[in-house]
Amino acid sequence: MTNVEKSIVEEVKKEEITKDVLVDVQNVKKYFPIKGGILKRTVGHLKAVDDVSFQIHKGETLGIVGESGSGKSTLGRVMLRLLDPTDGTINFNDVDISQLKKKEMNEYRKDMQIVFQDPFASLNSKMSVGELIEEPLLVQTSLSRSERQQKAAEMIEKVGLRRSDLQKYPHEFSGGQRQRISIARALVLEPKFVICDEPVSALDVSIQAQVLNLMKDLQDDLGLTYLFIAHDLSVVKHISDRVAVMYLGRIAEIAPKKELYNNPLHPYTKGLLSSIPVIDTEEGGEKQRERVKLTGDLPSPANPPSGCTFRTRCPLAHDRCITERPELVEKEDGHFVACHLYTS
Amino acid sequence: MQPNPQETLSTQPELSPKNNQAKSKSPLKLAMGRFLKNKMAVISVIFLVVIVLVCLLAPLFTNQDPVETDLFQIEKSPSEEHILGTNGTGQDNFARLLYGGRISLLVGFSAMFFTLTIGILLGSLAGYYGGKVDSIIMRAADIMLMLPFLVLTLTIIAILDNITIPIFVTIIAVTSWPNLTRIIRGTYLSLREQEFILGARAIGARDFRIILRHFIPNAIGPIIVNATLMMASYIIIESALSFIGFGIPQPTPTWGNMLSEAMNVRILRDHPEAWIPPGIAIFVTVLAINFIGDGLRDAFDPKSKQR
Repeated sequence: MTNVEKSIVEEVKKEEITKDVLVDVQNVKKYFPIKGGILKRTVGHLKAVDDVSFQIHKGETLGIVGESGSGKSTLGRVMLRLLDPTDGTINFNDVDISQLKKKEMNEYRKDMQIVFQDPFASLNSKMSVGELIEEPLLVQTSLSRSERQQKAAEMIEKVGLRRSDLQKYPHEFSGGQRQRISIARALVLEPKFVICDEPVSALDVSIQAQVLNLMKDLQDDLGLTYLFIAHDLSVVKHISDRVAVMYLGRIAEIAPKKELYNNPLHPYTKGLLSSIPVIDTEEGGEKQRERVKLTGDLPSPANPPSGCTFRTRCPLAHDRCITERPELVEKEDGHFVACHLYTS
Repeated sequence: MQPNPQETLSTQPELSPKNNQAKSKSPLKLAMGRFLKNKMAVISVIFLVVIVLVCLLAPLFTNQDPVETDLFQIEKSPSEEHILGTNGTGQDNFARLLYGGRISLLVGFSAMFFTLTIGILLGSLAGYYGGKVDSIIMRAADIMLMLPFLVLTLTIIAILDNITIPIFVTIIAVTSWPNLTRIIRGTYLSLREQEFILGARAIGARDFRIILRHFIPNAIGPIIVNATLMMASYIIIESALSFIGFGIPQPTPTWGNMLSEAMNVRILRDHPEAWIPPGIAIFVTVLAINFIGDGLRDAFDPKSKQR
């Protein structure tokens, strides 16, 4: 192939990719000011999300994994403008929503929804299930009362509960059932994009799989795009197409699921994968991995280490990691990693 | 243990609660159920209802006029015509007790309602918006709390020369809104970070809707309890101010005014029938309201009782 042909092919490829990108996050930062002293002056910043960029394609599930405090929930909230980003752009369907005013933003809210972690805190206990599921329709559409009730009834059956449950109140349901109600509430507006903020972390293990399978079925039925946040690599593995690993507000590695699990590049990803107990290494064709033990705790995001933020826990850290921050570079096709081991 | 994705678990939900036929109760109805199990509170409600009814239906119990003076019938002892005798201007004490109850209860109730309106409005603004709005409202509340209540009220009443019931109620409400405002704001602050509030914002609900449908219903417990207890204290305030002559002016009967008429050794000694009944009326009403308030507190927050 000549160079010209190559560039044409690349261009076509790029176009194809950009065509079906639903969410494009570019250099998003979220700093929380730390106030101190008598005058409440800003004495520093907590860098919850620090320069994160990625894209989500239509119909896929991007999993985001990270320890508590890695900024994954904050990222999800910033993407829905429940928190305002400090910097960066968030393109949703080719519209930059990062600077929209509150009223303008409300138009886009019906296309993007969120399912929260704690099913006991995420439903208003004073509203009946019917009211809870109808509320998004009441706010966003001009449907009549009977049309709303009709939709709510269809939705509750879709998530595997009964029509008669619409008259009940959240306190009459278990955690798993409440999470189904949360899902029904999020999906009743037929959104394009749903952020799942650790939706199964608070549930019993036996219920987790049920809810995950329900979410997968609904994704197929309704053509949803998910951003799936979790601290648990095995849950993410089950549901994701691609996985991003976050560490201290930054993306350490992002790759297609298989690639990430079979060929992790970043020492942190390796460490996380080693921490999963493996029963049978033969199954699923996984190779016996080199074990990387993670020691120590996540440093404070208010005072992150210089250079590579992971260097304080990295067994392979060298001088360059102290001075220079590694950029996210594409190592293999679609496999990005931010580590000096892979930059020349 | 982790869920095993290979093992295809059904997407059927866990079994629904057994008593499917049983009627679902809203949290408010559940709280009312708990309230009705509290004997003291229920007895107090009955007491209060009886007091209110007797006052409202006063014409059925007496045909005397509470403000008509009869200078030939001054400080009379109880008789068939005047069950509780007459006061220093020849007004019938029994009629004044019943009609006075109307005013005292009306003042307590409307002052409570007024304070509630101010409290919910300012508390909601401060608790929901935070930041500068919150600072301004809370500093205003601090200043209000700093001023001694009695001195402030007496000054205002002394400046205004014609005290009518609406003015009196306004004075009470305007001087005592900070407490309720603080309570409501505090409740909002604890609710604000909960996920269901974020969820309401995520569906694009307007501020008004979020406050009305999500904040207020979840703060209703503390609001009702404090409003009830406030009403009791307003009845006391009314009688205290009337007692020292700064309340609703004579000849309008109130329980406080009746006590103030007895501020004289001769009546205290010779005519206990003139001041004991209004005293008991105030005592019983306030006690009943306080029991109701406590009952409501236990009903809305069942855990508080176990301490």
